[in-house]
Amino acid sequence: MIKKILISAVVALGLTGSAAYAAGGAAHVEDFDFSFEGPFGAYDTNQLQRGLHVYTEVCAACHGLKFVPLRTLGDDGGPQLPEDQVRAYSERYEVFDGELDDFRPATPVDHFPASALENAPDLSLMAKKRAGFHGPYGLGINQFVKGIGGPEYIASLMVGYEEAPECAPEDFPGSYNKAFPNGGIPDSCKDEHGHSMVEGSWISMSQPLYGDDVEYSDGHEADLHHEAMDVAAFLMWTAEPKMMARKQAGFAGVIFLTLLSVLLYLTNKRLWAPIKHKED
Amino acid sequence: MAGIPHDHYEPKSNGEKWLDRRLPIVGLLYNTLMIPTPKNLNWMWIWGIVLTFCLALQIITGIVLAMHYTPHVDRAFASVEHIMRDVNGGYMLRYMHANGASLFFIAVYAHIFRGLYYGSYKAPREVTWIIGMLIYLLMMGTAFMGYVLPWGQMSFWGATVITGLFGAVPFVGEAIQTLLLGGPAVDNATLNRFFSLHYLFPFVIAGLVIVHIWAFHTTGNNNPTGVEVRRGSKEEAEKDTLPFWPYFVMKDLFALAVILVIFFAIVGFMPNYLGHPDNYIEANPLSTPAHIVPEWYFLPFYAILRAFTAEVWVVQIASFVTGGIIDAKFFGVLAMFGAIIVMALVPWLDTSSVRSGRYRPMFKWWFALLVVDFFALMWLGAMPAEEPYASFSLIASAYWFGYFLIIMPLLGVIEKPLAQPDTIEADFSSHYDAKTGGTKTLVNPAE
Repeated sequence: MIKKILISAVVALGLTGSAAYAAGGAAHVEDFDFSFEGPFGAYDTNQLQRGLHVYTEVCAACHGLKFVPLRTLGDDGGPQLPEDQVRAYSERYEVFDGELDDFRPATPVDHFPASALENAPDLSLMAKKRAGFHGPYGLGINQFVKGIGGPEYIASLMVGYEEAPECAPEDFPGSYNKAFPNGGIPDSCKDEHGHSMVEGSWISMSQPLYGDDVEYSDGHEADLHHEAMDVAAFLMWTAEPKMMARKQAGFAGVIFLTLLSVLLYLTNKRLWAPIKHKED
Repeated sequence: MAGIPHDHYEPKSNGEKWLDRRLPIVGLLYNTLMIPTPKNLNWMWIWGIVLTFCLALQIITGIVLAMHYTPHVDRAFASVEHIMRDVNGGYMLRYMHANGASLFFIAVYAHIFRGLYYGSYKAPREVTWIIGMLIYLLMMGTAFMGYVLPWGQMSFWGATVITGLFGAVPFVGEAIQTLLLGGPAVDNATLNRFFSLHYLFPFVIAGLVIVHIWAFHTTGNNNPTGVEVRRGSKEEAEKDTLPFWPYFVMKDLFALAVILVIFFAIVGFMPNYLGHPDNYIEANPLSTPAHIVPEWYFLPFYAILRAFTAEVWVVQIASFVTGGIIDAKFFGVLAMFGAIIVMALVPWLDTSSVRSGRYRPMFKWWFALLVVDFFALMWLGAMPAEEPYASFSLIASAYWFGYFLIIMPLLGVIEKPLAQPDTIEADFSSHYDAKTGGTKTLVNPAE
């Protein structure tokens, strides 16, 4: 009976996760290998710092991180900048102070500024509001095995810029990106049923990273692939800053409750033994 | 409390006697906890404890979350992020609360299907069943309103779609919808009343849970054989039952601990698996998501809602007969609520004299098909409204209604049930004594 319950629970979960990811167009998302995946995965502090570097020099020109307090750059399980660096970094930004009725340099208690461009989405939660993996058939198995795939989607988007396919007219607005699912697709690239014949779609953001856009202070290679992964990892942290603490709590819960289950199993068994196996 | 004869609480010390004369609360708790419980209950009888735990978990985490949450359209989304980032342990509180809702529904569906299989709804337990269905309805309302509170895209558009259903009711629909929303569209007034009711409903549920427990403590628990506990004398009853404490408390706590291992693994390692990524996008009334999908636990009924389109002949007949008052949209709404109502009416739709599905050879297969049907509907609810899913949804919805309205009444007439054990004791000992070599056969002749 327990087996039946477990199976039905697993089936229920499998069916559900899926729920909604009845996907948009076909887009190519690569399954990048991030250090923070799986129950034992952890953020790589150096990678988060490199990602912050890319964000600061490239993304921040248009995008913002309005939900992220600058002070958290020094938190455990994050980029862990020393206090003086957090303060120095904060001063790069100007924030509007209601009391002064004027702009002033940011301090660690402020948040990152919001997006500078109106049509540039805020990146604070980007790694959680996009899904890289779907299905199959809405069953949620891919999400269960590979994760929701937000950071994979971001990294794939960064490396997904390619020359536009031949079916597209020269002057079609935007840039072709094989990982972007919801952009415009020229009619000349659709079949007679209106289905797209190309992977991905056209995105209004022009290619932000080409490789060697920044010079990492830790001397790490700055090719496009690495930059994409670093910034994706950083954005995973901005979306889920407490991931490390959460996994620790998960382990504490699982280990403690497993022990408790064993003890309760033995207690229960002993309690019922005389009832189930009458000696008289 | 129960009709089964058993020992009652006797105040011993002077202090106990003093209190008992004024407020017999110790006796009430004692009798509740020591209720004679059929000793052959299997592992499907653990969900009650899981559900009670879920209600407590949701209320406790919810109260703390409400201390940090701001029910205002401009601030709700940011206040949830504040909980996730700045509140000590806030991320755990929120993930436990969000996934706790899923655990709550897994448990309630297991609990309901247990009742359907073992005939727990049959006389004299109809009132327990009806109150259970009321609790389930309130749970759905609470969960739906709770999902609106983070004010993400799915919150907003889910609220728009679901409140829109009430707008489909002829004549009074628009008024009901306006009352629900507090205005012409989903806005701050909606968020505020949903927050208020989301806080209120769990306490109504808690009250109904007490009535639910009171009801089945009056009739006694059902059990896998469906055979009633013998009530001739205390000695006789004691052969069929064991006190709830400690035997079933320990058993249920063990099961709860195992379930919580899985729960904590999900909260700790994949807390967003059951959610929708779009709900991390702040609500935007000007941008409709490509697919508006409810939470998984609503999907079966969402599939039934969408199955009845204007092309379906039943809908066309209903529309013709009522002169267009029942259109496709309203028909879908009726079907969705009807799907729950037929379930609530099952005590009167089931004509079989045998309670437990264990002794009903034909019923077993139809019931198994109903479980498959339920999961199929859940899957179809998540699929886009296009072929072949639309046709599948219609077939699966038809079976849901067919099971309750046609198969259940018919089976009681045409089915030839198997022999049932004479007593719970006989069932229990046939289970255990055979395995251990059976030192003594405890089967009594039928009384």
